Amino acid sequence: MTVVTSSAAPIDLTTNPRRHRKDVAARWVFRVGAWTTFLVTILILLTLVVDAWDFVSKLLDEPGGLARLTDIGWFPRRGLYDIGTLVIGTLLVTGIAMLVAVPLGLGVAVYLAEYAPRRVRRVVKPAVELLAGIPSVVLGYFAIATINPQFVTRVFSSADKAFTLMAAGIAVGILTIPIIATVAEDALRAVPMALREASFGLGAHRLQSTFQIVFPAAISGIVAAVILGISRAVGETMVVAIAAGAVGGGLRSWDPLHPGQTMTAAMAALGFGSDQVAGDNLAFQSLYFIGLLLFFMTFVLNVVSDLLVRRVREEY
Amino acid sequence: MALSTPATIGGGTAADITRALTKRTIDVKSKVVEFLLLGSLALTLLVLLILMIDLIQRSWSVWTDRPWSFLTGTLNSQNAAAGGIGQAIRGTILLSIIVVLVAFPLGVACAVYLEEYAGRSRFARITRINVRNLAGVPSIVYGILGLAIFVKAMGGLTGGSSVISGGLALSALVLPIIVITASEALRAVPRSIREGALGVGATEWETVRSHVLPAAAPGILTGTMLSLARAAGEAAPILLVGAATGLLRTGQQSILEQLQGGFTALPVVIFSYARQPSDDFRALTAAASLVLLVVVLLMNGIAIWLRNRYEQKW
Repeated sequence: MTVVTSSAAPIDLTTNPRRHRKDVAARWVFRVGAWTTFLVTILILLTLVVDAWDFVSKLLDEPGGLARLTDIGWFPRRGLYDIGTLVIGTLLVTGIAMLVAVPLGLGVAVYLAEYAPRRVRRVVKPAVELLAGIPSVVLGYFAIATINPQFVTRVFSSADKAFTLMAAGIAVGILTIPIIATVAEDALRAVPMALREASFGLGAHRLQSTFQIVFPAAISGIVAAVILGISRAVGETMVVAIAAGAVGGGLRSWDPLHPGQTMTAAMAALGFGSDQVAGDNLAFQSLYFIGLLLFFMTFVLNVVSDLLVRRVREEY
Repeated sequence: MALSTPATIGGGTAADITRALTKRTIDVKSKVVEFLLLGSLALTLLVLLILMIDLIQRSWSVWTDRPWSFLTGTLNSQNAAAGGIGQAIRGTILLSIIVVLVAFPLGVACAVYLEEYAGRSRFARITRINVRNLAGVPSIVYGILGLAIFVKAMGGLTGGSSVISGGLALSALVLPIIVITASEALRAVPRSIREGALGVGATEWETVRSHVLPAAAPGILTGTMLSLARAAGEAAPILLVGAATGLLRTGQQSILEQLQGGFTALPVVIFSYARQPSDDFRALTAAASLVLLVVVLLMNGIAIWLRNRYEQKW
C-alpha cells in the first residue's frame, strides 16, 4: 500500500475571523441568558433571607421577642405575628382544594389515559389544558360571587354569608385540577403498552388492568402530580385574598366555614396595604419572613415531586 | 393423583367453559367506574362552562348599557357607573410588551445555551434544576422580588412602583416557563439538521440561527404565548410592586414618564372591584373578569392549537 503524499499547499482550515468572532459573541450572549436564571434565584433568596433575618432580629429587640411569633392571633398592626394562625389557614385551604382536585384530577387523568377514544382525547385534552389558563383573580371573584352564596351556604347552613375558607379552597381546587390531571396523565401514559397487553392477555378487563396494573406502575408519577398540586395550592394567592375575607384575627380556628387568613393572603394584605400597614415598619417586614417560609415549603414540595417524576422516567 | 383432563377443569365441561368465555355479561363494576371517570371529566369541563355563563349573565347590563365607555373609561373605585377599564387594558398591554422584550430573549438564550452549547455538562444540569425550581416558586414571591429589587433597590432607574418594575417582576415570573418550553422545542429538532449545517462548514452560531431556531420556532412561540397569557392573568406580583387600585392620574406625559409612572392592569382592577362592598361593582367585576378570561383563554387556545398543529413534524 502506498502512502499518498500531497505536494499541494496545505489547505487553510481556520475559520474566517469575522465568522469566528460572531460565533464567540453568540455563545456569550446565550451564556448570559443562562446566568440570568441564577441571578433571579440569588436575588429572590437574598431578598428573603436578608429581610426575614432583619425582621427576626428586630423582633428580638422588642418586648415579647420571639414569643410574638407564637402568641395566638395574627394582628401585624398590633405586633402579633402568629404564624400558626396563617399555617392553619393554609392547611385548611390546601386540604379542601385537594379534596376537590385529587379525585377530579386523577379521574380525568385515568379517563384520558386509559378509557377515552383517540378522537375524544384529541378534543378534551386541550379543553382541560385551557382550564389551567383561568386567571386566579377571576376564580377568586367566582368564589365570592357564586361558589359561596350558591353552594357553600346552601350545603352548610352555618357558613358565613360573605367569605369562607371553604369557598376559597374549592376555587383553589378548581385551579389545581388541570395540573394534577396533566402530570398524572403523563405518568399513566408512560407505562409501557406491554404491561397492559400482558394484563389483558391474562383475561383481566379494563378496570382490573387500570387499577391493579397501570395505576400501581405509575404511582410515583401520580404521587408527584398530587404533591405538585399541593405546592400550587399552598402558593395560590389571589383566590384566597379575594374570597377568604382576609381576617386573621381568629384564634387558630380550624373552622372552614368562616373567614380566615392564609400565608399568601396575609402577605398580599401586607404588601398592598389593605392591612393599613404603612411603609417600612416591623409589621411590613413580617412579609419577608412569611415569604421565606412559603418559599421553603413550596421548594421542598417541588423537589420531592420532581424526584418522583424522574423515577418514573428512569424505570421505563 | 388423577390428572384432570381439559374437559373437566374446575368441574366444568368444555361446553361450559366455551359458554362462559363467549356469553356477553355486563360488568357492572366496570361500567360504574367508567361512568365515574367520565363524570369527573364532565364536571371539570362543566366548571369552565358555568364560569363563562355566570360571568356573561352578571356583566350583561354593562355590555348592553355602555360597552364602549366601560372598555375605554378610567379607573374609578368610588362610582361604579363611571368606572372603566381603559387604563387597565393599556397597562396590561404595556406589561406584556415589557415581558416580551425582556423574558423572551433571555429565556430563549438560556434554552439555546442549555440545549446547543452546554449539553450534558454539570453547569447545564444545575441550571436545569434551578429553572425547574424557579418555575415552582409561588407568584407572590416574585412580587417580593419586584418590591425589594425593582421598586426599592433600583427605584432611581425604574421610577419605583412603575410599569417597568411590574413588567420586570412578571418577566422574572415567566422566564422559567419560556426556558422550559423553548428547551423542549429545541430538543425536538433532530440531530441530523444540526449535522447537516455543521457538515457544510457552518459555525455553531450559524447552525443555531439558520437551522435550529427556525425549526424550533413553532414550539418556542407556543411557550411564549403560554407565558404571556400567564403574565396577563397574574395579579399578585404587580399588586406587591404597587399597581394602582384607586384613581390613576392621566394626562399628557412623555413615554418615559408613562413607563416610570403609576400603572394598573386588568387583574389588579378585578381584584380592586371584587372587594368593593356595593352591589353596583358586581357587574363591573364580572365584565372585567370576562374580558380578561376571554383574552387569556384565547391566547392559551392559540398556543395549544399551534402546538398540536406543529407537533411531530419530523
